[in-house]
Amino acid sequence: MADINTINKDFADLFNQGNELLLEGSSDVMNKTRKNAFQDFAKLGVPTRANENYKYTNLIPAFDHPYNVNLRYQQVDVDLNEIFQCDVPELDTNMVLLTNGWYYGNNKELTELPKGVIVCGVQEAAEKYPEIFNAHYGKYAKTDDDGLVALNTALAKDGFFIYVPKGVVIEKPIQVVNLLRSDRDLMATQRNLIVVEENAQAKIIVCDHTLTHHKYLTNSVTEVNVARNAIFDLYTLQNQHLNSVILNSTYIRQESNSNVLSNTISLYGGTIRNNHHVILDEEHCENNTFGMYLMDRDQHVDNFTSIDHAKPNCLSNEHFKGVMDDQASGAFAGRIFVRRDAQQTQAYQSNNNLLLSNDAVINTKPQLVIDADDVKCSHGATVGQMDEDALFYLRARGIDEKEARQMLMFAFAHEIIDKIRVEPLKERIDELVDKRLRGEISKCNTCAIACNH
Amino acid sequence: MAKEEQDKILNEVTESEYKYGFVTDIENDDIGKGLNEDIIRMISAKKKEPKFMLDFRLKAYRHWKTMKMPEWAYLDIPEIDYQDIIYYSTPKQKAKLESMDDVDPEIRATFDKLGIPLDEQKILANVAVDVVMDSSSVKTTFKEALAEKGIIFCSFSEAVQDHPDLIQEYMGTVVPIQDNFFAALNSAVFSDGSFVYIPKGVRCPMELSTYFRINAENTGQFERTLIVCEEESYVSYLEGCTAPMRDENQLHAAIVEIIVKDNAEVKYSTVQNWYPGDKNGKGGIYNFVTKRGICEGVNSKLMWAQVETGSAVTWKYPSTILKGDGSSSEFYSVAVTNNHQQADTGTKMIHIGNNTKSTIISKGISAGKSNNSYRGLVKVSKNCEGARNFSQCDSLLLGDKCGAHTFPYLEIGNQSAKVEHEATTSKIGEDQIFYCNQRGINTEDAIGLIVNGYAKEVINKMPMEFAVEAQKLLQISLEGSVG
Repeated sequence: MADINTINKDFADLFNQGNELLLEGSSDVMNKTRKNAFQDFAKLGVPTRANENYKYTNLIPAFDHPYNVNLRYQQVDVDLNEIFQCDVPELDTNMVLLTNGWYYGNNKELTELPKGVIVCGVQEAAEKYPEIFNAHYGKYAKTDDDGLVALNTALAKDGFFIYVPKGVVIEKPIQVVNLLRSDRDLMATQRNLIVVEENAQAKIIVCDHTLTHHKYLTNSVTEVNVARNAIFDLYTLQNQHLNSVILNSTYIRQESNSNVLSNTISLYGGTIRNNHHVILDEEHCENNTFGMYLMDRDQHVDNFTSIDHAKPNCLSNEHFKGVMDDQASGAFAGRIFVRRDAQQTQAYQSNNNLLLSNDAVINTKPQLVIDADDVKCSHGATVGQMDEDALFYLRARGIDEKEARQMLMFAFAHEIIDKIRVEPLKERIDELVDKRLRGEISKCNTCAIACNH
Repeated sequence: MAKEEQDKILNEVTESEYKYGFVTDIENDDIGKGLNEDIIRMISAKKKEPKFMLDFRLKAYRHWKTMKMPEWAYLDIPEIDYQDIIYYSTPKQKAKLESMDDVDPEIRATFDKLGIPLDEQKILANVAVDVVMDSSSVKTTFKEALAEKGIIFCSFSEAVQDHPDLIQEYMGTVVPIQDNFFAALNSAVFSDGSFVYIPKGVRCPMELSTYFRINAENTGQFERTLIVCEEESYVSYLEGCTAPMRDENQLHAAIVEIIVKDNAEVKYSTVQNWYPGDKNGKGGIYNFVTKRGICEGVNSKLMWAQVETGSAVTWKYPSTILKGDGSSSEFYSVAVTNNHQQADTGTKMIHIGNNTKSTIISKGISAGKSNNSYRGLVKVSKNCEGARNFSQCDSLLLGDKCGAHTFPYLEIGNQSAKVEHEATTSKIGEDQIFYCNQRGINTEDAIGLIVNGYAKEVINKMPMEFAVEAQKLLQISLEGSVG
């Protein structure tokens, strides 16, 4: 088993030897950020469990594997638009595909988008729209804090870029599908940027899919800036096979009166780590951060969240729920910061877990760091099994035990699903969760999970 | 109520001075500053300790040298020069004392000022007191009365001389020397402390109490308490601490070990009122304490109750290992910080035995420019069936320059566990004060009333005379402050 130094050294070699390829095709701003980020990575390295923020997730086994890395866009030998079709009925979206972290070259043109909306690859955006891109790129995801972000920024070549201009309301959600399809084990680095301007509204759905059985590691970073009075929804649906590692860091900055809802649903995946950072940088923002995880076998999920109330008069709601079965392990860390003078803050946080087996483990640390006095903050966490009284109630009405348990579990999970503001997606996820809780593998068709187990 | 008036009252009350800050003028016998193996040999020799004690100390010291001061706490501690501390200091006195009259009048005056019922009052109060000043135990009262029942209550040094077998059997079993930086340091240099042994089936007829006081300059205090409760026994133990006002910081690193056997019960109450430093954050005690109990036997019980108002920096996590089936533990804490005080305190409940229960009630109150953190761990091990925990950690903020933080850790490895944690942070509502004002209660009293009500849940768990003192302390510390 390789130790952490070997892993860090391998990345240093990759960075130095692949330098030419890394610089090629990227804008000067990206390359400059890249250089600084690598220096930060050299200091930080891949986070280990000695790092308090990664106490419950051991990344060494995830990184200790000879992955291939594509530093250049690989032509896809088939038409992905043909292979992949999202089968959610009545979910009418503007869909774009990404392959192994790169914006797919043959994406269909999005004809229904309002004027001025930009959806393209990051590399393309850096060239074509430098004034927007440079104002936001690398501004929210700080590389001197987290080794994974530093690594991402050092190796970042592409990802998706979405720009919603002032006052534009996009009715149909934009759906981004991250496809992993390779004939070798692969590490993908994906860097996304979303800019929502004043008074604009947008909903984005991000889905992950693995199309082959190879071992994948995805290290992605998404930066989001939501300007004044804008409304923005981000739904992330994680559904990959057991042999994959998802490291997903999201950084959201909110300006005054903006309203953001994010919902991260982890249905399946070998090792999942979500870092979710929100900064409420101006007054009167509202933030809703929700998440749900359903884990069994020896899957691992770790949701790490930080909500930073930098300015007064903001409201944040955070709620994560999880069901753990078999030998699955899960972790939740929530941290609410209320900075000095961020008065009249309201911040609520809650984490509930169901443990279904004695081999499953859940570690949760809901934290509050509060430096202002006129605030209303609360947090709570529970771990338990199903309510025996509720079970009895259902049994007494002639529902058999298995079905009763099913109903209760579904009700437990539904609280989070109910927060989704896109009706067809809500129904679809309800259905996926129901199937998932019945022990069937929930999958979209054309997905590799289908043949794997 | 006008804001200025509230502020005025706030200032008056939050700026009240530390009332235990006198220095007692008695000669001390110390060994000079610094720490090395020779110093440890010297401490051990001065105390005429058997060889196993010296070996224990040296082992701890060698391990300590390999360790680093922990940095994970939400505290800002200036670097401590461990060579600049006197590790052993004892009030000079003649031979052993038989009656209270023999105690040095200066020391007695000190304890009179502290209001410790060391004299005749102690009989009324029915409290047996062991007093630890700087590093040595001054006098243990009521020893004979307790001995009749087979209870051993004496200073740690005496126990080492008189009951070496018990010390050897239990010392370091709950807090091993490798446990943490401060525990290793204490194990190497500890000078005295208290030892309690309650034999099988005995219910200790009175409350046992220890008062700790740091008096001499530049000294650190390192005491060690060991409580062993045999089957079906019961004891309630109280601990109080004060120190004089000095400009430099002083170090206090103690260890408390408690062993509770089948069906036994221990109550451990602390009123910690070390000198917190002045208004500008100068001076004060660094309080780094490792307290841990093990509920070894079935249905054993351990309760921690603490009122923390003192110390410049507090780093303290009284914890319980629930090993025996059906054992239970409760933790009640009120931590008050004011001015520049910092506290990172909480508890650990480690559930190992089946059907074990724990309750955590923590109330933090911060005022001035202080930072007050709760840090706690609830761990349910894989094979522990039917564990139950309830935690509640509330914080009250008085003033807009202070901070209140909560860092709970829940590690659950068994599906039958039921664990709940909840916390709230708020300030005293203007509506609450208005309500009291309307009924003719002035703002200062109203705040006292609200804070007391807030802390009541914890104070109620303390023995009577401690509860009274705790309530007074709360009032001195910050009654009346609102932002």
